Amino acid sequence: MASVNQLIAVSLGYVAFLFAIAFFAERAAARGRGGWLRSPLVYTLSLSIYCTAWTFYGAVGYAARSGMEFVTIYLGPSLVMIGWWWALRKLVRIGRVHRATSVADLISARYGKSNLLAIVVTVMAVIGVTPYIALQLQSVTLSLSIFSGPEGAGSLNQFRAAFWVAFGLAIFTVLFGTRNLNANERHDGVVIAIAVEAVVKLVALLAVGVFVVWGIAGGLGPMMDRIDTSPIGQWNMDRSRWVALTALSAAAFLALPRMFQVMVVENEDERHLQIASWAFPLYLMLMSLFVVPIAVIGLDLMPAGSNPDLFVLTVPLSEGRVGLATLSFLGGFSSATSMVIVATLALSTMMSNHVVMPVWLSARAEGAQVSGDVRDVVILARRASILMIIGLGYLYYRFSGGGAALAAIGLISFAGVAQFLPAMLGGIFWRGATRWGALAGLVVGFTVWVYCSLLPSFGPGAVLSVATFDNGLWGIGWLRPLALFGIEGIDPTVHAVAWSLTLNTAVFLIVSLVTFPEPLERLQGAQFVNVFDHSTQARGWDAALATSEDLMIMTQRILGAEEAQILFRAEARRQGVHGQLPEPTQAFLQHLERELAASVGAATAHAMISQLVGGASVSVQELMAVADESAQILEYSNRLEAKSDELTRTARQLREANQKLTALSVQKDAFLSQISHELRTPMTSIRSFSEILRDTEGLGEVEQTKYASIIHGEAIRLTRLLDDLLDLSVLENGQVSLNLDTGQLGDVLAQSILTAQAGSARHLEVVRHPGEDPVRLMTDLDRLNQVFINLITNAQKYCDAAEPRLEIDVRRTDTAVEVVFRDNGTPIAPEARALIFEKFARINDQDGSGAGLGLAICREIMTRLGGDITLDPTLKGNVFVVRLPQLAALAAQ
Amino acid sequence: MGKHVLLVEDELNIIEAIRFLLSREGWQVDTHSDGATALATIKDMRPDLVVLDYMLPGKSGLDILTELRADPAFQALPVLMLTARGQSRDREMAERAGVSRFMTKPFSNTEVMTAVRDLVQLAQ
Repeated sequence: MASVNQLIAVSLGYVAFLFAIAFFAERAAARGRGGWLRSPLVYTLSLSIYCTAWTFYGAVGYAARSGMEFVTIYLGPSLVMIGWWWALRKLVRIGRVHRATSVADLISARYGKSNLLAIVVTVMAVIGVTPYIALQLQSVTLSLSIFSGPEGAGSLNQFRAAFWVAFGLAIFTVLFGTRNLNANERHDGVVIAIAVEAVVKLVALLAVGVFVVWGIAGGLGPMMDRIDTSPIGQWNMDRSRWVALTALSAAAFLALPRMFQVMVVENEDERHLQIASWAFPLYLMLMSLFVVPIAVIGLDLMPAGSNPDLFVLTVPLSEGRVGLATLSFLGGFSSATSMVIVATLALSTMMSNHVVMPVWLSARAEGAQVSGDVRDVVILARRASILMIIGLGYLYYRFSGGGAALAAIGLISFAGVAQFLPAMLGGIFWRGATRWGALAGLVVGFTVWVYCSLLPSFGPGAVLSVATFDNGLWGIGWLRPLALFGIEGIDPTVHAVAWSLTLNTAVFLIVSLVTFPEPLERLQGAQFVNVFDHSTQARGWDAALATSEDLMIMTQRILGAEEAQILFRAEARRQGVHGQLPEPTQAFLQHLERELAASVGAATAHAMISQLVGGASVSVQELMAVADESAQILEYSNRLEAKSDELTRTARQLREANQKLTALSVQKDAFLSQISHELRTPMTSIRSFSEILRDTEGLGEVEQTKYASIIHGEAIRLTRLLDDLLDLSVLENGQVSLNLDTGQLGDVLAQSILTAQAGSARHLEVVRHPGEDPVRLMTDLDRLNQVFINLITNAQKYCDAAEPRLEIDVRRTDTAVEVVFRDNGTPIAPEARALIFEKFARINDQDGSGAGLGLAICREIMTRLGGDITLDPTLKGNVFVVRLPQLAALAAQ
Repeated sequence: MGKHVLLVEDELNIIEAIRFLLSREGWQVDTHSDGATALATIKDMRPDLVVLDYMLPGKSGLDILTELRADPAFQALPVLMLTARGQSRDREMAERAGVSRFMTKPFSNTEVMTAVRDLVQLAQ
């Protein structure tokens, strides 16, 4: 029988051995020869801190009490590892890209770097993990007590023993975990030590298993027979418990702070995950291989009432195998110490980063100053946190009475940390998740857990009164901690897990849906959810803190390249530094912050600078994203401005179009009145004279002839008016098709003169000036002829000279051919000149034969032919100029 | 009452027709075709009846009528107005200005002569 003192000596020796391994590993890593320290094998073994003393001792106890149900504790993590591609890979990538140092850091970073959230998660983690640490103390103490006396009772004061174990673990962790401090929160020595411990506990458990099967049972066959006859050999599956426990262990595997530490923070290479995805389930399988045989043999051999949690120790001892029992003790000790070390390390990181440091920084006036003494404060905070956390574990052990079965305590702890899962998974898969949703879900889930799982674990009358258990809080029946909302008859564990996680998730979803994320939150959310789009390969953990280059790049994105360069160059000159980049001194940073604040606001500028310079957990990439976002907002506002200008322009155009339409409407009314007048006037004469001819008896022949001629003349006038109207309408609507042809201008003029003079009785002398060049045309000759006839006819009608005379001249300019019609009549009054080309503009129309459409038609025709017609202002006579474009006039032959 | 009519009209053929119709019934017909001077002529001649075209060169028939009615001496003078514009608004304007009769061209000879007789009877 080994004495307790011997065991303590063995333990101390073992710890010294681990310490040496850790020490040399870190030295090797510091010299850059630590590649082997970060192999997939070490990574897989380090994951085995999932298997704590609870697993080592408790699994056998669990099997002895509940049969195969203990498998669920291995099933959950195995499923997570096998499905690593789905969640774990993303979690690891995000953790690396965003340099998450803990679960609290990850959650707070996802929800807009909310420190409130970080504090809540930290506090919850500490409370949630405390029972777990108590569990380790209990198992080590129990295992020691086995060696201390015949039945482990009396001779050893278990609370005092637990205190010394706790004290030892605290010292151990402080020495291991806070010997040095680096920004990436990685611990090469610790990782290699827990890998060794993983091997020790596996070997120990396998050794006991082999001894039990081949040493006691006498081989595999007899062993299977004994299992079959044992009451625990039956598959008594309580389906709800199986589902709940498998889910719970999977959730805890993802959310446990110590698992996050080894899985994400200590991860060297994402590819290790791929190997661990099958290697770790294999490890778990080996760990569970002999659980049932040991439990069955233990139940057979040990006296009734002995603690099945300790079969791993008591079975070898009862067979006199002290060496094997000592190995087994070391396995349990390894399980306990590795768990406590990593868990407290992870928690102390959270405590110091999210609780102690913010308080300490805000308590100091120069809060943002990053100087050497911060390092000391951090280390001090870590050490104090470690002592506090292990102290809490001890207190829990003390006040929970130390009597509860190991597995039950472990499940309470699992249910506590599982509360992080909705916020974690929601955060990495759902962009709509918000800070308030996460906070509300966490608080609600945690409250339910405390009320339904943690407080009842102390037993009736300890914290919650017996009355509360029976009648609910404040006597409200549906608030009974083991039958929430009046739902009774459920296993207490399933009850607490189901209610806390369901309410947690529901509140998280609902609050997320009704609240809006802040910009930083939205940005972080996008980067988390789309982490595989944003990061090609995760950044190394050893990335340097902010440099002048980083500051420069960020400043450029906000102020623009030119201004940023001016700013930096000026500072470099002031510092007397050669080149463009100044040292990031305190003064310069403050100056830079003021400059940036002018662009992006004080808060953002401060956040950007302080995070770029001091924050270990913020990647430069994120800051660039913020800068990009503000650039986008700027661009967006520019676009809005342009849009508004455009709208103003459109409104003005609409107003103008409306005015034009109104004017057109007035013109249309005037035009219709005119048409009516022009049509009704000849009609009046026709009707009146036709009635006279019909009704008047004895009308003289002279009168009869005269009146008939009037009717005839007015009918012709009417026809001409209709012709002109149609012609003008066609021309104005652009429906006219030009009949292009070639011909001599002189020929067209000659024909026009002939036609005009044939149709009129009035005499007009038409003079064509000789000596003009022959001009060949390519145009619609008939239309041109129409214009000429109109002008000649007008001269015939309106020229009031005693001897009316019309001179026709052809001029060539650089760009056009002009045909000039000059008569010797009274010039048209200047105020009428602008009107004569308008419709129905009759000037001095004596005989009323014209409808006033002729010149309007001429103008339309000339526009169609690509030229124009104008009235030159003169003092004597009237000069009309018909201008044809050069294109219409071909070169003279 | 005498039978002296002043015809203010710028269309030669229409003047010819109305002159024929009225003189056959024993009217003394004077004509004037310029809107600008028509008012002075009316006041000068003091006819028993004015036949007034709506659209005249120089000044519109409506303006002439309005100015004429402004003179108390001519408020009762029968004025028969003829228009070829054919818009209902014109009739309203003319009635407001104090026209005695308003007719749209083309008219029937019978209508015109009936209107003239009515106006003469009313004046008596």
